[in-house]
Amino acid sequence: MEKLITILFIYILVDNFVLQRFFGICPFLGVSRKMETAMGMGMAVVFVITISTLVTWLIHYYVLVPLGIEFLQLVTFILVIAGMVQLVETFLRKASPTLYQGLGIYLPLITTNCAVLAVALLAVRQEFTLLESVVFGIAASLGFWMALVIMSGIRERLELSKVPAPLQGTAITLITASILSLAFMGFRGMMTL
Amino acid sequence: MKNSYLADITRGIFKENPTFRLVLGMCPTLAVTVLVKNGLGMGLAVVAVLTCSNIVISSLRRFIPEQVRIPCYIVIIATFVSIVEMVLQAFVPSLYAALGVFVPLIVVNCIILGRAEAFAGKQPVLRSLCDGIGSGLGFTLGLLLLSLVREVFGNGTLLAETNYAVQLFGPNFEPMRLLAQPAGAFLVLGLLLALTNIVFKRLQIE
Repeated sequence: MEKLITILFIYILVDNFVLQRFFGICPFLGVSRKMETAMGMGMAVVFVITISTLVTWLIHYYVLVPLGIEFLQLVTFILVIAGMVQLVETFLRKASPTLYQGLGIYLPLITTNCAVLAVALLAVRQEFTLLESVVFGIAASLGFWMALVIMSGIRERLELSKVPAPLQGTAITLITASILSLAFMGFRGMMTL
Repeated sequence: MKNSYLADITRGIFKENPTFRLVLGMCPTLAVTVLVKNGLGMGLAVVAVLTCSNIVISSLRRFIPEQVRIPCYIVIIATFVSIVEMVLQAFVPSLYAALGVFVPLIVVNCIILGRAEAFAGKQPVLRSLCDGIGSGLGFTLGLLLLSLVREVFGNGTLLAETNYAVQLFGPNFEPMRLLAQPAGAFLVLGLLLALTNIVFKRLQIE
């Protein structure tokens, strides 16, 4: 239990997946323009990461390891993730049209979000148990969501301010992210696994 | 005809530079560029994967059904990434350890899938080969510039952890540790982007 709570805190605050570990930078820069889309994307990512970590962990320990084909890990994981995203999309469309309306357009983008594959790979590399892996997935994706929402809040304000011409667009976003990352450095060393 | 091959290579390096113009593949760009050695290693790994996957995807472009092309591309890319991963692990274990999980993450590097989708899936093999080399080198150039700034000012060295390591400044030099931190990666890349914006604007006006 203690370890689970530690994992939760570490990957939300101390080792934030976006600001400290650089996973999922593309969506972080791409869909953080509006608070609303950031919320949608964040929710979709939490959903997909949690489910895909569960499935990839099971596949690794019950299929790949017994058969001795760990070298296929990468191909299997990425296919599972792509398949999961499709499955989640189809399932949501039938089961909860309102949720699908909200998340629909973000779901296909998640396949190439490197945070999803990173969580799956790191859970196996760090030899987490099934429960720890799921908590790790939830924590990492919540951290991603939080960073995305904070960023979109800043960017909505930034729209109204005057930015020097060469810095406009991605450059000023990166510099903002730098300051945000600097703020999150304050959590460093607070906890270790 | 020769000109178009050359154009395919140079386009990826300058006009459509993945790092500075298209802003793609940011995760490894920011994460591994603490040292020039890591940046260069990552860049060359991407060149290898991108060139191989472009060749295979381009030669199979008539056989891959339109509807399932993305999963097909991903499997082809993942295969080459697995090969590169094993080669790195066997021959340069120190680099493999330094790059860590970012080696398998080359699979989801948007540049590779982007080039497959935008170029290799439609163009003949030789042109796709040139495009792969060009885009890969453009990406390597981005990593090299970023890691150069971060290593020289953040660490005070050049080519550290290789046989050609140089201590650049005297013993009293206090390196800017911030640049070696995650925050420094965002900052330097942001400033480099601004710089390239200025350079490209100047070049187009003149």
